[in-house]
Amino acid sequence: MDFNDTPEEAAFRKEVRTWLEANATRKSDDTQSFRARNDDPNLLTKAKEWQDKKAKAGYARITWPKEFGGRGASPILQVIYQQEEANYLVPLGFFDIGLGMCIPTMMAYASPEHLKRYVKPALHGQEVWCQLFSEPAAGSDVAGIRTKAERDGDDWVINGQKVWTSGAHYSDFGIVITRTDPNVPKHSGLTMFFLDMKSPGVEVRPIKQMSGGANFNEVFFTNVRIPDSQRLGKVGEGWKAALTTLMNERLAVGLPSGGLDIDELMELARDTDLEDGPAIRNQSVRSKIAEWYVQQQGLKLTRYRTLTALSKGQTPGPESSIIKIVAAPKMQDMGAFAMELMGPAGIMKEEIPHAGGFQAQWIGGAGFRIAGGTDEILRNIVAERVLGMPADIRVDKDIPFNQLGKK
Amino acid sequence: MNFDFSDDQKLLKEQVRKFLADKCPTKVVRRVLDGNETHAEDVWKGLVDLGVPATGIPEAYGGLGLSPLEVCVIAEEIGRAAAPVPFDSSVVLATEALKLAGSEAQKKKWLTALAEGKAIGTLAIAEGAQPPKPRSIRTTFGNGRLNGKKVPVADGEAATFAIALANTGGSGDRAVSLVIVDLSQAAVAKKRVETIDPARKHAELTFTDANAELLGAEGEGWRLLEQLYDAAAVYFAFAQVGGAEAAMWMARDYALQRQAFGRAIASYQAIKHKLADCYVKLELARSNAYYGAMMLTEGGADLPLAAAAARIAATDAYDFAAKENIQTHGGIGFTWEADTQFHYRRSRVLALSLGGPMAWKDKLVSRLEQKNAA
Repeated sequence: MDFNDTPEEAAFRKEVRTWLEANATRKSDDTQSFRARNDDPNLLTKAKEWQDKKAKAGYARITWPKEFGGRGASPILQVIYQQEEANYLVPLGFFDIGLGMCIPTMMAYASPEHLKRYVKPALHGQEVWCQLFSEPAAGSDVAGIRTKAERDGDDWVINGQKVWTSGAHYSDFGIVITRTDPNVPKHSGLTMFFLDMKSPGVEVRPIKQMSGGANFNEVFFTNVRIPDSQRLGKVGEGWKAALTTLMNERLAVGLPSGGLDIDELMELARDTDLEDGPAIRNQSVRSKIAEWYVQQQGLKLTRYRTLTALSKGQTPGPESSIIKIVAAPKMQDMGAFAMELMGPAGIMKEEIPHAGGFQAQWIGGAGFRIAGGTDEILRNIVAERVLGMPADIRVDKDIPFNQLGKK
Repeated sequence: MNFDFSDDQKLLKEQVRKFLADKCPTKVVRRVLDGNETHAEDVWKGLVDLGVPATGIPEAYGGLGLSPLEVCVIAEEIGRAAAPVPFDSSVVLATEALKLAGSEAQKKKWLTALAEGKAIGTLAIAEGAQPPKPRSIRTTFGNGRLNGKKVPVADGEAATFAIALANTGGSGDRAVSLVIVDLSQAAVAKKRVETIDPARKHAELTFTDANAELLGAEGEGWRLLEQLYDAAAVYFAFAQVGGAEAAMWMARDYALQRQAFGRAIASYQAIKHKLADCYVKLELARSNAYYGAMMLTEGGADLPLAAAAARIAATDAYDFAAKENIQTHGGIGFTWEADTQFHYRRSRVLALSLGGPMAWKDKLVSRLEQKNAA
């Protein structure tokens, strides 16, 4: 057992390092990030420039086929690139959904002409894509969406509302799942399209989150016309296309990004004076630290097991399905615990140490437990796909969508 | 990145698994639980024939000279089967103690006997209902004589020798030393004690001027024991992972078959989520155990930290899976006839025998502090 690269991986890592060193600034410490400066009005422009640079050097999508600007290389090389890039101060996060989910769905369903038109600008960061799935009444049960698409000549007319659409406010294009037939059961009446986000009738409104940030949007469609040529897959087979999108979720195997963790918690415990001495000497505090350390290590090492499979060209096992189930509540609970150590002043947002970092984790953790699959849905997935337990009984099965909820 | 066992190691694991599935099904665990035998001698003999005790012993002492990784995969299978054999005491604790601190003569004598299956060793530390610590050890050793009482001692009746912790007159942590004592002599009285896991028999050993000799230097007992426990924590973690996995699948299988309110209870989220949590804890434990195995094999500086993390995660995973297995079974799971009890009992024995989670969490943070200070 070892954590070493294979000779091929080591050579690639070296090549990547050389390129990054020549083209980007190394972080002075790992808490530094571009994301922390969300108020930079030029962030998107900088991100687009960086993406273009990466694409020109062949690092933007390493696993994609060469014809689409990739290297046709193994996922492990993609991971290695991401590991190395994480050490540099570069603006990331604008293209993950487009390149990780939307474009792969396009590759599965769009015409060669469309691919020729859309893939390259997306890869080079010239055009940003978003994914329009969730709705106010369809979150975990995303097949329950209500946004209507009705045929009108060569077009479809879209009416409805999407929600939690990341990056809709700066996106140029999006893939959207719609209901084209309400007279058939839930999964059967769906159809997928892609559309220009600048189309008349598309209105994007930011959602202000509990954390104060606004990374997501509501998107309203009022008589938006989409040509039938922009349909992805057959009419009524949108669910199949949606599964393609969801299966292409970006490689969730990179290393955990920065953020406060055990080191900072221990520092806080050392500096906190409880009645009987420093908090770090208190047994219940030590127990908590140990438990979170075991989780933190467990997640890191579980990723290493997944990377091992990738490195050997095997399909990873289901072990990585535990990651968010553990990481999200840990973020919330550790944040709350750190605040408790600070005493009554733990409620202050800018309280030292770490400039409100623990408070931000506590708030953010509440969202992280929901985003991208709730704790509950992820447990269902583990139970059903890993342990082979039965899916939930679906009382809406075989009932036409427009008859649901009616007696 | 090569954070996995090799194909050969997986093959060995499969071989031991098949052997135990065949020769040590749950009815053998029940036989020992209900009966008077000290351990399943038939299963133990088969394991000796497979070379299990010899696996981690150097070739110079008649062993197979394989790495800790091979012992780890075997431990996982022993744990999965909840096998009623002296694996933990003999193959892990006694063998590792000799490798760690034995003189050339001691290794030659005892490791060779262990490798051939002619000896069973055990560790005798506790002296009743107090966590052992240097100042609380009343057993004494001087002039080659051991006096005192050790209880509970795992496999105390079956073992042919023990490694005991005894007071040798120093101060502080240096008050105690490890000694090796032949249990076949008349100066050793053995009495079975009742424990929560009758499938793993424990005894009280009374030493009255028993012949013994130091294992390692005088006054080094506590330090050596800590080192021994780090290695043992990794092997135990694999046994706990195996047991946790067995308990999880036992619960899953029962949930698929048991009907309530018109459907299989496996279709209820209350059951699904509980078993998903078993899986989450199991994978956290497995990953931490792998790193422990890697550090043990490399002799890496991170071993004390990795061992503590492996121990904490594996204890948590096995405890949780064992108790929720009973809960998933409902009333039938609480009967004597149900197999659920085997893992419930074994999980507690394994959780306590090297010191419980609270003590290991404290150790882990101390080790983190040391690492950060370095």
